[in-house]
Amino acid sequence: MRSPSPRRRTRHVSEKAIPDAARPALQAKAKLDDLADVGEVGGGKIANNIMHFARVLRAAGLPVGPGKVIEGIKAVETVGLDNRDDFYWALHAVFVNRRDQREIFDQAFHIFWRNPKLLERMASLVLPSFVDPDAQQNAEEMNRRLAEALKQDQMEMPGEGEGSQDEEEPEITVDAVMTFSANEVLQKTDFEKMSSEELEAAKRAIARMRLPIMEVPIRRFRRDARGRRIDMRATLRAALRGGGATIPLQYRKRQRRHPPLVVLCDISGSMSRYSRMILHFMHAVTNDRDRVHTFLFGTRLTNVTRQLRYKDVDEALDKVAEAVDDWSGGTRIGHSLHDFNTEWSRRVLGQGAVVLLITDGLDRDAADGLDKEIERLHMSSRRLIWLNPLLRYDRYEPKSLGARAMLPHTDEFRSIHNLESLEQLAEALSRADGHGTFQSKSWQEAAQ
Amino acid sequence: MINIPENVEDTLELLSSGNYVSDRSLSTAVYLSLKLGRPLFLEGEAGVGKTEIAKVLSETLGRRLVRLQCYEGLDVASAVYEWNYSAQMIEIRMAEAEGLSDRDRLGDDIFSDKFLIHRPLLQALDPSADGPPVLLIDELDRTDEAFEAYLLEVLSDFQITIPEIGTVRADEPPIVIITSNRTREIHDALKRRCFYYWVDYPDAERELEILNLKAPQADARLSRQVVEFVQRLRAMDLFKVPGIAETIDWASALHQLDIIELTPDAIDDTLGVLLKYQDDIAKIRGSEAAKILDEVKNEVALAQAAN
Repeated sequence: MRSPSPRRRTRHVSEKAIPDAARPALQAKAKLDDLADVGEVGGGKIANNIMHFARVLRAAGLPVGPGKVIEGIKAVETVGLDNRDDFYWALHAVFVNRRDQREIFDQAFHIFWRNPKLLERMASLVLPSFVDPDAQQNAEEMNRRLAEALKQDQMEMPGEGEGSQDEEEPEITVDAVMTFSANEVLQKTDFEKMSSEELEAAKRAIARMRLPIMEVPIRRFRRDARGRRIDMRATLRAALRGGGATIPLQYRKRQRRHPPLVVLCDISGSMSRYSRMILHFMHAVTNDRDRVHTFLFGTRLTNVTRQLRYKDVDEALDKVAEAVDDWSGGTRIGHSLHDFNTEWSRRVLGQGAVVLLITDGLDRDAADGLDKEIERLHMSSRRLIWLNPLLRYDRYEPKSLGARAMLPHTDEFRSIHNLESLEQLAEALSRADGHGTFQSKSWQEAAQ
Repeated sequence: MINIPENVEDTLELLSSGNYVSDRSLSTAVYLSLKLGRPLFLEGEAGVGKTEIAKVLSETLGRRLVRLQCYEGLDVASAVYEWNYSAQMIEIRMAEAEGLSDRDRLGDDIFSDKFLIHRPLLQALDPSADGPPVLLIDELDRTDEAFEAYLLEVLSDFQITIPEIGTVRADEPPIVIITSNRTREIHDALKRRCFYYWVDYPDAERELEILNLKAPQADARLSRQVVEFVQRLRAMDLFKVPGIAETIDWASALHQLDIIELTPDAIDDTLGVLLKYQDDIAKIRGSEAAKILDEVKNEVALAQAAN
């Protein structure tokens, strides 16, 4: 198993704090006895500790409700406290819901069950700055924060790790700090608040907006008098109503539904003047329908779907600004698409998704590896639509290496003409065909 | 009726008695699920042995295996129950011929258990002499959100409501195993009702153990090389790395070809068993494969020298 083994991990932190006798729960319990403010509730101290542990996890962004606490206590009662691993995996089975939560759980477990008091204090330090449990970077983020908090805490309390400060101690900090790379342009962007007039105009535009994405038939049916298939169940019920003398046929029809939509948006320097607009647009789309996944990329890929789910557009954009580190830097389209293909494509393109790729095709890596990745993306999606703001220039020619690599693999190539307002974008996207839409074929020829 | 195991060790033993090489973490999750009567939600890449767990549990516990394979558009009629329409039609005609005109009675007659076709979910609630069955809901991610929402009632209360009859409830809840390949995220509401476990690729030692069980005919040294080779492939940047199922297939394929030791040619010829994407095959075939093979041979030689 490559999963984080409880024992292996403990190496990273002060050996002194982990006694070899592997009964951290009991030890934690003993330590907790020192805390005067903890009362006896329910199943006693261990139950209490599990509750506190659950709170810490919740503060760290795991979806742990009160029901989970009870389950956690039950699970621990069931496996018993004799074995550290059992204890770990019992709590793991209850509290962890997704794979990416494993790291956070693992770290929290080891720190908490060694010294709950320490973690509580840390949680209060860390808590307000937690943004989002889902962003991929979060595990790393957590690492850094936990590590920093841990270091701080230990400096404050020399009594805790007294004696020989392990050499491994500083390693944590160094390790964690390395998790964000220095050679990227790290910039935070502040979005202006939308004025209420703007908001109104945007709402109107969104109401009118029709993405050029047709609904597709799905394998579900609903009753429809003009349908072509016979609905046997409804027919028999109708027959019964008439006493069985006649059997009037009832019909049903295939339902239709929008396919899932995946938006991949370039936020590099060359795109920066459009970013605000596009983000508003993506927020509108994300909240307009289900099954929308949104990713931003510059030098690396960030999943901002959860952030964009906030109903309030300003709040959503604030969250996005916090989550993304590479605003207005360079673009590495090939690299970002590679990340998407390996990390996400199987998870979000599974049900025949339409991909909306918003980029100007200007690539810092000179399209290195881009053709392979775009081909893979094209093959895994129902339709690949490329929105290119550069198309607004009349004499645009796809001469850049990136654009040349990408064009053969796009199903549709559209300008987001005059991208200064959402209304115009909506209009451009709503046109089924004709002006503003270019058959990618002629462009492909131009790219040769 | 074989009783469910009493602790984690017993669970581990139970699984290995069914030729499933488990580790402690998985056994703990299985044990909790069995003991506390909650579904076990297994997520992981394709070919890591998720479905196998349900099969092994059903075998070792002597329970019936009820399998629901999910697919897009899975509906109540194929997952839960359906009425036997032709039989119902005949019944109506018969009643007519006999001159029966009591509508209510006819209604009760044709919407009774006699005309009900039990599909997997309903079958899983049926009482059974061997104890409650193992219900395997396979590849839940392939179906849509609507079906997932339907499962909520079934999985939390183990009951199914049929409008014409009423609510059917299981005397004893079945053992539920849900698997997902994560081609989309399953809603938290459903996961909340389950014990979650991420089935990962095994380490070399455990994989060798699995291989010895599942492909015992292969030469011992070949097995060792196969495992080391696959382990190295998994560390590489491939679109789809091979799962355990592929490892077993590969070892069997090599054995069928009478190969007792990996050679660059043998690897190139059989790489399609291991890798399923042309890009990946192109990347590994030839010099890269030879390079990995050298490392593998050194590793195996070192390990043997150490013993």
